[in-house]
Amino acid sequence: MKPAPFAYVRAETLDDVFRVLDERGDGARVLAGGQSLVATLNMRLSAPEVLVDIGRVAGLAGIEDAGDTLRIGAMTRHVEVETSELAAAHTPLLASAMPHVAHPAIRNRGTFGGSIAFADPAAELPACAVALGARMTIAGRGGSRTVDADSFFRGLYETAVGPGEVLTAVEVPKIAAGWRSGFMELARRHGDYAIIGLAAHVQVDGGRFGGGRLVFFGAGDRPVSATRSAALLEGEAWSDALAARIADELKEELDPFEDLNADAAMRRHLAGVLVGRTLAPLAAG
Amino acid sequence: MTDLVADRWILDRPNSYIGRSVPRPNAPRLAEGRGTFVDDVELGRRTGHAAFVRSPHAHARIRSIDTEAARAAPGVIAVVTGRELAEIHDPWVGVLTHLEGLKSAPQYALPLDTATWQGEAVAAVVAESRAKAEDAAELVAIDWEVRPAVTDPATALDPDTTVIHESLGDNLAWRRNANFGDVEAAYAEADHVIEETFVFARHTGVCVEPRAILADFNPAEEQLTVWHNTQCPHMIQNILATHYRLDEHRVRVIARDVGGSFGIKVHTYADEIATAGLSILLKRPVKFVADRMESFVSDIHARDHRVRGTIAVRNDGAILAFEIDALTGIGPYSMYPRTSGIEANQIVNLMGGPYVFDHYRAQATVVFQNKNMMCQYRAVGHPIKCAVTEGLVDSAARATGLDPAELRRRNLRADDSYPCRSAQGLPFENLSHQESLAKLLEAMDYEALKAERDALRERGVHRGIGLASFIEVTNPSAMFYGVGGARISAQDGATMRLDARGNVFVATGATEQGQGMEAVISQVAATAVGVPPERLRIVTGDTDHTPYGGGTWASRAAGIGGEAVAQAGRALRQQILRAAAAMLQEEAANLDLRGGVVVDAATGAERIGLDEIGRICYYRPDTLPDGFQAELVATRHYVPRKYPFAFTNGAQASYLEVDVETGFITLIDHWCVEDCGTVINPLLVDEQIRGGIVQGLGGALFEECVYDRDGQMLNANMADYLVPMAAELPDMKCGHVESPTAESDLGAKGAGEAGTCGAPAAVMNALNDALAPLGAKPLTDMPFTPRKVLRALGRI
Repeated sequence: MKPAPFAYVRAETLDDVFRVLDERGDGARVLAGGQSLVATLNMRLSAPEVLVDIGRVAGLAGIEDAGDTLRIGAMTRHVEVETSELAAAHTPLLASAMPHVAHPAIRNRGTFGGSIAFADPAAELPACAVALGARMTIAGRGGSRTVDADSFFRGLYETAVGPGEVLTAVEVPKIAAGWRSGFMELARRHGDYAIIGLAAHVQVDGGRFGGGRLVFFGAGDRPVSATRSAALLEGEAWSDALAARIADELKEELDPFEDLNADAAMRRHLAGVLVGRTLAPLAAG
Repeated sequence: MTDLVADRWILDRPNSYIGRSVPRPNAPRLAEGRGTFVDDVELGRRTGHAAFVRSPHAHARIRSIDTEAARAAPGVIAVVTGRELAEIHDPWVGVLTHLEGLKSAPQYALPLDTATWQGEAVAAVVAESRAKAEDAAELVAIDWEVRPAVTDPATALDPDTTVIHESLGDNLAWRRNANFGDVEAAYAEADHVIEETFVFARHTGVCVEPRAILADFNPAEEQLTVWHNTQCPHMIQNILATHYRLDEHRVRVIARDVGGSFGIKVHTYADEIATAGLSILLKRPVKFVADRMESFVSDIHARDHRVRGTIAVRNDGAILAFEIDALTGIGPYSMYPRTSGIEANQIVNLMGGPYVFDHYRAQATVVFQNKNMMCQYRAVGHPIKCAVTEGLVDSAARATGLDPAELRRRNLRADDSYPCRSAQGLPFENLSHQESLAKLLEAMDYEALKAERDALRERGVHRGIGLASFIEVTNPSAMFYGVGGARISAQDGATMRLDARGNVFVATGATEQGQGMEAVISQVAATAVGVPPERLRIVTGDTDHTPYGGGTWASRAAGIGGEAVAQAGRALRQQILRAAAAMLQEEAANLDLRGGVVVDAATGAERIGLDEIGRICYYRPDTLPDGFQAELVATRHYVPRKYPFAFTNGAQASYLEVDVETGFITLIDHWCVEDCGTVINPLLVDEQIRGGIVQGLGGALFEECVYDRDGQMLNANMADYLVPMAAELPDMKCGHVESPTAESDLGAKGAGEAGTCGAPAAVMNALNDALAPLGAKPLTDMPFTPRKVLRALGRI
């Protein structure tokens, strides 16, 4: 388990990063916390020519109150989000998801932006980003652009980050009055990638649901926002009958994969269970 | 069977350390990172690092191997194929004569022309670093002719299935039939004859430290020195000498710290033997440290059994008969030298072990497979025979309407019935099934727990209680391997020496694997001699410096290695007292050695210190009486002779909750009461029991080496192969009954495997207790995954 030879560049500025990405193209990989990338290198599942370490680039780490949003720098370690008072106050979904992201040792090194940019469809944070309508800031030579979470995740490990670009921050809207978040996942062992999980962000008013999002991870090639199922919530109070309708709709709407832990039918079934268990307490208040 | 009477002198010694939770003397060294594991040993810049090219196919002929590009890669010292290595070694065949009919094919360090499992090492690259060796290994080009892979034990013997070794004629490694009493008559008499099929997945032991070997052949002395994290240095010494045509004294095996073994490191791994050969070929040190990925496809796998079991029971609960038909698929060879027939053999021998019954019939079939090798792993065969036995006993409880605890009470062997023999004819010296079960039920408050379970069921919470009684093979005599021709020592030796400052040096054939053997040895040595443990220096794991011994396996190190230390310690004490008597002009019988001081045996008054004895014996022997020569080294050996094994026994219980919507199982509580005879160190015994339970729980709920039909292992990494982790484990409560063996003065039996033996059965029975009210058929296919639970409940 030794990686194939690679060159290493420690970038001091984003310009350093762009220079290496321009020069080496597909042969370059950005190294953030390294918690996924280094494992794939050691397993020789990937063999980039050069790693560009962005750990020292100024301005990429930290959580900032930006008015209606929290701006989470790409190099912010998971543990910082997990223990952030800002995140706890304004993005309860992130706060409740964080303890499920791998193990403490990994959360000490792994980064928020790294998890978003790696875009593992079974990971917690991409689903949370979609559920909350986060916006990703992507920097390139020509400046920065912003992409909505919905169009950021494009497929298995594929994102809107283009050649020569780097994810630099994620803008996460603060929770608005009347909205509630719920998070639940089913993993064989705590800290494993979940068989399936749900990040729910819904409006509740007087015991009735308004709009909202039900975003599943471990359910497809990217975070899957079950919009038809979520639409069944609108104007409804929580009931077993509503849970059953949503569970039925999910069986139509979701098209999950099969792996060693579960086939598609089991994932569809568990999706319905998760919705029931996540939304019932949100409705209750 | 012989009625034995033991002399328990060691338990009556003053200042005894037996039965005390003495901390491990090696713990600070390991905690401070000052252990010496194989990879910590550096032999300088001439050391070559080996990486193996491993077969990507389960079964394929090697048409040709092109090593040119690899040889030319940076830092490469050599690229070696099977044919080159075969010139300097002889192949081995993993058979034992007492497993009559067991066959296997000659196995080489690297195969000559055919790879027979995915992950088999087929060529070696030696380079200046492991990274460079891995780079070059990718450049070795092999022209493969892929052959059909044999991957389903059920069809391995079909006429149209490919024969893995044509020289053997078929894929049957071994078949054993056993018949005691008259099963058919028992079936006719019984009120219920219940049949169930039990499935046990392939799984493996995951050691913190992977397999590793550093071999250094010195041609000037014709001396091969290997640092090897083996459980049995003398066995490996013999194997390396035999197969590399060396004299045994030309091979030294050093096993310093070992990071867990569990039976994984007790075998002859072809890649390790190849590493020694590379050192001989290249005349330089060569190191091989298995990485995590290759560990999964080259460390032995175990279990992988499908067992059809039958129980015959009367309405009054009397068990009349057991029957099994077991099928297992081992790898393409039987592992050398212990063979891959032992797991099946143990199941046949030990089925129904705790119970009194007269009729038994068994068939075990062992077939070759194009999958990684299978062999002995912690509690060989025991989790299987225990789960089949206990699963059937619970079936009998359901059929008769008797409480599972009551059914066991009615059938467990009585505690005053020893010595006696099992239905299979194996002798039991001294067990405590009834007392152990009673103590278990009391510890868990069985009746209250049942009431809680029933009350929760009313509220839609589905909990189950499962019981499992068991027997366990420990302290094996030569009947285990020696009689079958294996050159594996059943005996163990200890040498103890008083140094000039009055401290005691102890060399033992038992080995430290991280289980705390050094603590146990130090307690026995300190007690037997009469010194505090801090005055001891323990040396293990070096064939140049320890007495010949078997090492650590089959729960033998404390019971056999410990007894040798007890006897050597007593002999050394007597020698010291003779020297003291000569100095003091006193009768040795009037003296004793306590706390490192020679005292008057009657009054305890201090007479002379050990430091003074050492000083006089080594520096001023001129002052001793004429004709007196002090002898301050004692060696003793020990092997059980009267019984083939010291059976232990015990009972476990599991309390768990099933989430019927998700299929997830939460383990709430686990209890184990076991009887390993004399408990030398309660802390370490409980650690062994708990660690063993964890590996049993792994097999029950999590662990499985998943293979596809082409023989590819699909989850050979730590993310997908699920070892049990702390967050998913229950509290584990241990209790003990002590029925010492009278074969030894110490009376200790083994404790290393009892936890693994009983845990899967207890969990299975608890799971089925939880599922039964929901109308689900009993689940008997381990591991019990959420998917299987949901299917049993008809949810998916």
